[in-house]
Amino acid sequence: MTVAAMEEEILSLRKRRQLYSLIGLLLVVAVMVSGYSKSNDMNSGGFLQGLSKFFDYPGEIVLEAWQAGPAFFGLMVKYFPAMLETLNIAAVATLLGAALAVVLAMASTRNVDSWGPLIPVVRRMMDIMRAFPELIIALFLIFVLGSSPVPAMIAVAFHTAGALGKLFSEVNENIDRKPIEGLSACGASWLQRIRYAVMPQVAPNYLSYFLLRLEINVRASAILGFVGAGGIGQELRRTIGWGQGQGDETAAIFVLLFITIMLIDQVSSYLRGKLVGAGRAH
Amino acid sequence: MSTDTLEQVVTPQDVWSKVRQRAWMTVLVPVAVLAYLTYTWFAFGVPDLLAKAQPERAVILATDSVAYKVHVTKLLRRDILEVAIEGERRATYDDTNLPDGVEVDGKDAVVDLGDGYIVEIDDRTMRFTIPGYGTVIGTATNTGVETRLPENAGEVPEWLKIDPKKLDLRPTLDRRVQVTRTKIEVHNYFGGWENFWFPFSSEFYGKSFSQLYALALSADRLNPDYSNLWYMVQDFLGNPDWQHGEIFIALFETIMMAVLGTITAALFGLPLAFLAARNFTPSMFLRFGVRRLFDFLRGIDMLIWSLIFIRAFGLGPLTGALAIAFTDTGTLGKLFSEALENIDNKQVEGVRATGANQIQRYRFGVIPQILPVFVSQVLYFLESNTRSATVIGALGAGGIGLMLVETMKTSRDWENTSYIIILTIVVVIMMDQTSGWLRRKLIEGK
Repeated sequence: MTVAAMEEEILSLRKRRQLYSLIGLLLVVAVMVSGYSKSNDMNSGGFLQGLSKFFDYPGEIVLEAWQAGPAFFGLMVKYFPAMLETLNIAAVATLLGAALAVVLAMASTRNVDSWGPLIPVVRRMMDIMRAFPELIIALFLIFVLGSSPVPAMIAVAFHTAGALGKLFSEVNENIDRKPIEGLSACGASWLQRIRYAVMPQVAPNYLSYFLLRLEINVRASAILGFVGAGGIGQELRRTIGWGQGQGDETAAIFVLLFITIMLIDQVSSYLRGKLVGAGRAH
Repeated sequence: MSTDTLEQVVTPQDVWSKVRQRAWMTVLVPVAVLAYLTYTWFAFGVPDLLAKAQPERAVILATDSVAYKVHVTKLLRRDILEVAIEGERRATYDDTNLPDGVEVDGKDAVVDLGDGYIVEIDDRTMRFTIPGYGTVIGTATNTGVETRLPENAGEVPEWLKIDPKKLDLRPTLDRRVQVTRTKIEVHNYFGGWENFWFPFSSEFYGKSFSQLYALALSADRLNPDYSNLWYMVQDFLGNPDWQHGEIFIALFETIMMAVLGTITAALFGLPLAFLAARNFTPSMFLRFGVRRLFDFLRGIDMLIWSLIFIRAFGLGPLTGALAIAFTDTGTLGKLFSEALENIDNKQVEGVRATGANQIQRYRFGVIPQILPVFVSQVLYFLESNTRSATVIGALGAGGIGLMLVETMKTSRDWENTSYIIILTIVVVIMMDQTSGWLRRKLIEGK
């Protein structure tokens, strides 16, 4: 191929790329414009009318919180047990979900000698577990078990098992096989190989993903509380339902939630940084 | 690993202390976890919960979601007899196409519930023959219900609830008869989803697939205003029992929330990420400000954002989209700024050496490096936001989440609920697969 022909080909390739980028860009713009105008029509209140009211509600509750004075901190203490319940939901769900995820991951990675025929089955299972919206499981279990933290916990744990299982099995795929081979050479069983050759290699990454998931799950359990699963979400629903005059209680819950989420975010990102080194902390 | 072994000699004591530390950890961590789980077992009130759980509700839900019931109702005040699906006025059978096992004679009826269970409605009296038990007779009087149990029947079984105002019999899960002062009602269960495609009132009701196919292609219009196919689609979407049209709109709203929210977050997050990255923004003040903004947006959380937006903008997809956009601008911005801080400066230097100006340096030196992170994160968030959008919807933003909560609250037609659940899961899996496919296509070029 001559230089001129090559240059021509590069030019045509570049032209095509530019065309694709342009089409992609136009597509995004079209989706945004039509989507926002359509959703503006579908919304019960419009964007422009709403914009002027946007600060009304936050302003109202801030004002009421301000008027409450020092009693505001008392309210935060009052709602602390509910916040703790939400944290417990998230923690238990993450613990149980992660435990199941380890099992699923070990059963679905060729690299750690999982049983072959099981691999695709477990993978599909994890896909389904991941796709199941937490809301559906939570609502179903609330119907059967009654309003309590347990439905939310099970719903979050179910989703967590699928999501973490996938991430864990990706970690498994990237490990060094030499320790496994070394152990099989001295006749170790599969469980022994997992325990002494795989776990030490994957533990930091597993823990890092565990912490990330905990962070996500705290938010998820707070939201699920709002549909009747207990914890801070349920309290929030109650105080909001009271309407005017109870803005200080709502504000206290908002602040409590905000502080907790920020705290967990910071602690978990610090710990993750220590576990897997900065830069790979997500 | 290279360690300076000249100064640090590893002694056997060191090794042993490490081993002992490890050994303690392997005991202490599981014990701590177990202790925590025990604490939460009681904090969540699990024993109490197990005592109060209603597993029969799960069974009802499971049977009801794959079956429908035909109510045979005699309204005594108005002295009429109705046969209707789920007792709905708009889904009544007329005398010519009664379901199996129901025989109507004027205002009286005989309902064969199968396996020898037979209910006879005769004026104000109901006779229910139950194999292995006998015949229970309930008569509605002006003051209540008179019940006569079979002779020598012994103890009243659990499925038979006798009250002066109401008689309720449910010998098996799928057979139920109720008698009150004003009505006699028989529930007869059938498998399947009745009227799923077309309601009784539709001209397409009860036609086979091939008949419908022929109709759709035929030129003779059933309704002069529309073509047959369009008429069929409208009848299907407007089905009052299944509300296909409304459910599809709700699903569309949910997807719209996720797509709009994610794209908006990405479009705002990217430029802000440049302001938060150390190697692009020398001003520490600005950097600090933008980073705290990200933390603030993330920390407020989708729950609070949606509640605020619902107040301002009312119900609808716009509210959900904005709530997602606000939260994820923070999350995506943080991720992008981390990616920007980790880029390789050599490429930027190389572009600079060719005499490129600032914009060209960004375009050809920086963007290509963070594009894979950008695309994969945005697609990942798109997928998880589809799930979030269902939850936000349930908080009151609308879409499929709200619809699900409402149908569950009425807990009337579980087949509708399971239909919505199935559709939601299908949509979430579809979004998951699409985003995975796009990710492979765009990043790995496959």
